[in-house]
Amino acid sequence: MFYRENGQFKTSYRADQQIFPIRQDRIAMALFMLFAIAVVPMLASDYLFRAILIPFLIFSLAAVGVNILVGYCGQISLGSGAFMAVGAYAAYNFFVRVDGLPLILALILGGVCAMLFGIVFGLPSLRVKGLYLAVATLAAQFFSDWLFLRVQWFTNNSSSGSVSVNGLQVFGYSLDSPLAKYWFCLLLLSVIALMAKNLVRGAVGREWMAIRDMDVAAAVIGIRPMYAKLSAFAVSSFIVGIAGALWAFLYLGAWEPAAFSVDQSFKLLFMVIIGGMGSIVGSFFGAAFIVVLPIALSQILPAITGLLGMEISTASISHVELMVFGGLIVWFLIVEPHGLAKLWAISKQKLRIWPFPH
Amino acid sequence: MAFFLETLLGGLMAGMLYALVALGFVLIYKASGVFNFAQGAMVLFAALAMARFAEWSGEALGIGNPLVTSLLAFCGAAVVMFCVAWVIERFVLRHLVNQEGTTLLMATLGITYFLEGLGQSLFGSSIYKIDIGMPKDPVMILENVFEGGILLNKEDFYAALIAAALVALLSIFFQKTSTGRALRAVADDHQAAQSIGIPLNRIWVIVWCVAGVVALVAGMIWGSKLGVQFSLATVALRALPVVILGGLTSVPGAIVGGLIIGVGEKLSEVYLGHFIGGGIEIWFAYVLALGFLLVRPQGLFGEKIIDRV
Repeated sequence: MFYRENGQFKTSYRADQQIFPIRQDRIAMALFMLFAIAVVPMLASDYLFRAILIPFLIFSLAAVGVNILVGYCGQISLGSGAFMAVGAYAAYNFFVRVDGLPLILALILGGVCAMLFGIVFGLPSLRVKGLYLAVATLAAQFFSDWLFLRVQWFTNNSSSGSVSVNGLQVFGYSLDSPLAKYWFCLLLLSVIALMAKNLVRGAVGREWMAIRDMDVAAAVIGIRPMYAKLSAFAVSSFIVGIAGALWAFLYLGAWEPAAFSVDQSFKLLFMVIIGGMGSIVGSFFGAAFIVVLPIALSQILPAITGLLGMEISTASISHVELMVFGGLIVWFLIVEPHGLAKLWAISKQKLRIWPFPH
Repeated sequence: MAFFLETLLGGLMAGMLYALVALGFVLIYKASGVFNFAQGAMVLFAALAMARFAEWSGEALGIGNPLVTSLLAFCGAAVVMFCVAWVIERFVLRHLVNQEGTTLLMATLGITYFLEGLGQSLFGSSIYKIDIGMPKDPVMILENVFEGGILLNKEDFYAALIAAALVALLSIFFQKTSTGRALRAVADDHQAAQSIGIPLNRIWVIVWCVAGVVALVAGMIWGSKLGVQFSLATVALRALPVVILGGLTSVPGAIVGGLIIGVGEKLSEVYLGHFIGGGIEIWFAYVLALGFLLVRPQGLFGEKIIDRV
């Protein structure tokens, strides 16, 4: 009833090319941002920040990065965990070895290192594609696992590869409280997601999508596959690298190479698939789903078994969690292969004609 | 020289074991176009089932002979794997016909999680052992040729023999039986196979059953080597380079790829490991496979990929 674009005429090209062409969308988005910046901090507890909100923001950022590569450019990657690891350890090295380096600069330098790493491991994509490429990107994953475990220089000569950072601050403000971390992540996520959205709407994004839909045809109409694929790898791994650095610095604080194992790569891919391939907003949905699901399950399962009068051990909870997780993914793929973003689009469409659908 | 040969032999045998896991991938990919990431979970599931069945049947029937209980457990685990295959076809694959390769890949990742959870909740998550009576003591061979001879692990040798026998059996099944012919027809062209009256769904169940048995044999051998535990599921990740090296669609490719990766891993660990630090086995296999892919993007024996606009 309220969600109509009737009477909103576009009189300029600028108006036609907005991210949110419908006024109601703009208002809703502004309200939502206001809610996220001002209202959430008032309502949320420390636990909520630590367990859900901060991981959600960081994983959303990573999922946006992976979505650019997998969803927009069609290059399946199972090496996202490696890009996160490179971002984290590179940022750590810059942060520790260069005195007085601002945190933001360290994060960006970490992203740049991840970008270079991504370009190197993106080179096979010029030759192999599809499932072969997916397996090839696993090489990046195992290489980084080994690199940060065995080459002591990267971990500042700590024997187990575990490192830690503390005393983080941005422009003189300390990032110790969960609230400060939340705001910082939210700020970075908003800026980078906006940039990503504009990239995929622009010429580069169209090239990526052309490559995804059919690379030979794209090459025939004059798109350079090498440039398009490598730029997708570069942008994607830059964003994923920054997300990795954030994950390590702000969420973990102290970490070891196992924090960025192949499981992390799978998780990111799940987020993209469940959220919706080729959709920036889908990355947010996917990240929310994957972050919240295990926590919800670990709360719900003991409650259910408690009702049935059975005790359930933590080990069995984790096994049942695995089963539910796997089952839900399969169910999701069967019911809605285009992900949550598609459901979102459908519900918006329905809302437009509600309550008179004919 | 003797040391080199010893490493080479060890590599070949390890390669046979990789080939065994890789075979499961290839079988399913050939027949249904699904890149089955769940193969590792199936290996774990089958091995867990077998280890526990052997234990339970030994206790219930009072049979002390490990060979008899193992045989019983093998049959039991095979039946379980058939059920798994049927369930996967009925509840997952049937609903995902005509979806893209990536969707199917994700579905098998979901199955991986499900099977890992189910296996551990049904059969427990401690370390179990499978005892099929394989001799564990190493022997020396060729002592008259080289000074000191070559150390050969008997267990590895028998495992390689079993793997070779399984491969031979499978190729007879594929080449000589009518079901095998139907399988090959489905692999070539789903639609054409269906139009001459081959029931796709049944073929898929059969292929997943065969892959389940292959997983069981792999799980049995790996399990008796390493013990049955969660890390068995990661064997699949070790076998992936084998598959892409040999080609996703080729059974001989899986064998040759397995041997190349096995030898490459061992030789690199022994001869390169000093210079750049140990533990390079895992990624070296991937880099080796990548190197081959750059020259032949479809793997060594894979079908040539033809792009049409």
